[in-house]
Amino acid sequence: MRSLPLVLTTAALASAAAPALAADLTVSVELPTIRVASYHRPYVAVWIEREDQTAVRTLAVWYQQTRNSEGDGKDWLKDIRTWWRKGGRAMTLPADGVSGATRAPGRQTLTVPGARLRDLPAGQYNIVVEAARELGGREAVRVPFRWGAANTGRATGATELGAVSVTVSR
Amino acid sequence: MKKTLALVALAAALVAPLSAQAHRAWLAPAYTTLSGNDGWVSFDAGMSNGVFIPDHAAMRLDGLVITAPDGSKAQAEHVNQGQYRSTFDLHLTQPGTYRVSNVGSGFFATYTLNGEQKRWRGAEADYPAALPAGATDAVASRNFSRTETFVTLGEPSVTALAPTGQGIELVPVTHPTDLVVGEAATFKLLKDGQPAADLEVTVARGGTRYRDNPEETTVKTGPDGAFTVTWAEPGLYWLNAAVRTEASGDQLASNASYNGVVEVLP
Repeated sequence: MRSLPLVLTTAALASAAAPALAADLTVSVELPTIRVASYHRPYVAVWIEREDQTAVRTLAVWYQQTRNSEGDGKDWLKDIRTWWRKGGRAMTLPADGVSGATRAPGRQTLTVPGARLRDLPAGQYNIVVEAARELGGREAVRVPFRWGAANTGRATGATELGAVSVTVSR
Repeated sequence: MKKTLALVALAAALVAPLSAQAHRAWLAPAYTTLSGNDGWVSFDAGMSNGVFIPDHAAMRLDGLVITAPDGSKAQAEHVNQGQYRSTFDLHLTQPGTYRVSNVGSGFFATYTLNGEQKRWRGAEADYPAALPAGATDAVASRNFSRTETFVTLGEPSVTALAPTGQGIELVPVTHPTDLVVGEAATFKLLKDGQPAADLEVTVARGGTRYRDNPEETTVKTGPDGAFTVTWAEPGLYWLNAAVRTEASGDQLASNASYNGVVEVLP
């Protein structure tokens, strides 16, 4: 009988408008295996946007971290052209916890801990994943998801991106 | 009667729309959007029949003025005037937008000699002494032309786009290196620093060799000099406006023309 008040308190927390204990956001991106003689891992950006497609925050950007004979890796960030225009160009890179090296074909997972999204108001959003590949094409996939409740969204690209899923843990 | 006819013919010639020039002047960048710590862009410049197709005359780059994002002047490198095309490179070292312009000004006069209409071009200080004896009905004008484009490293900025107050200039409402298919873009034209109302602007997309429809549109600037374009296709676009202002009082007649190049991304 003494435990009842505790149960009631927890229920009250769960029904708050903005999650007091922020959920984790997991984005799973399938980078397709493309069999060409000169395959280069794609530049990829992942960001949250509102329903009106205005950008909120970049979650990840994978690009060549070093300089080589072709140039500095940052020289081609502008080829992720939608991301670049919607917020990428305003960022200082590298950025802790956001930028990283390019990833190999296969399933790539990005988990954003709740603490980093604590200030995101609950509501309907999209995750956008955009990929641009050297000597290849460019594609963007948009996955709607809800922040503030457990849900999973899915969408699939056709050329430079495969299946993309977005899971909100709670 | 002859003198009246000559005057009428002269007047008719003078009020001919300046956009009816046979050749189009353009200054085209290889691309307008760069990322990274620094970058290089190459430019082509020419006067030609179809925009961005160098098939007639290379542009003289004597009046090349490049303004860096901080307002200072930048230098073109590897400048070459070829047969049909002039080229140069620009090293972008500051984040922001560079304004790359070729400006030209001149003084010219038309006059009648022995019943024939003649033209004279030269330095303003030499006029009217340089006209031959017997010249009549002389009308002097100042010309000012600006052919320009814009390139951005990182975030677009507007410091370099501040008007100089001379000739026709483009002032952003929408930034000229932030253009995307399907989105309306608004620019303002100024003439000598003031809003240029009621100017006809020609908007032409490059690549005409590979299609039948030239896809040119014209739009008039409003009272505030503004005009809006919604881009149906990506590509490089030429924006042109020209205006002749007749002499009034002490002010000489003037011909001002503007040729801008912007890039629309998909």
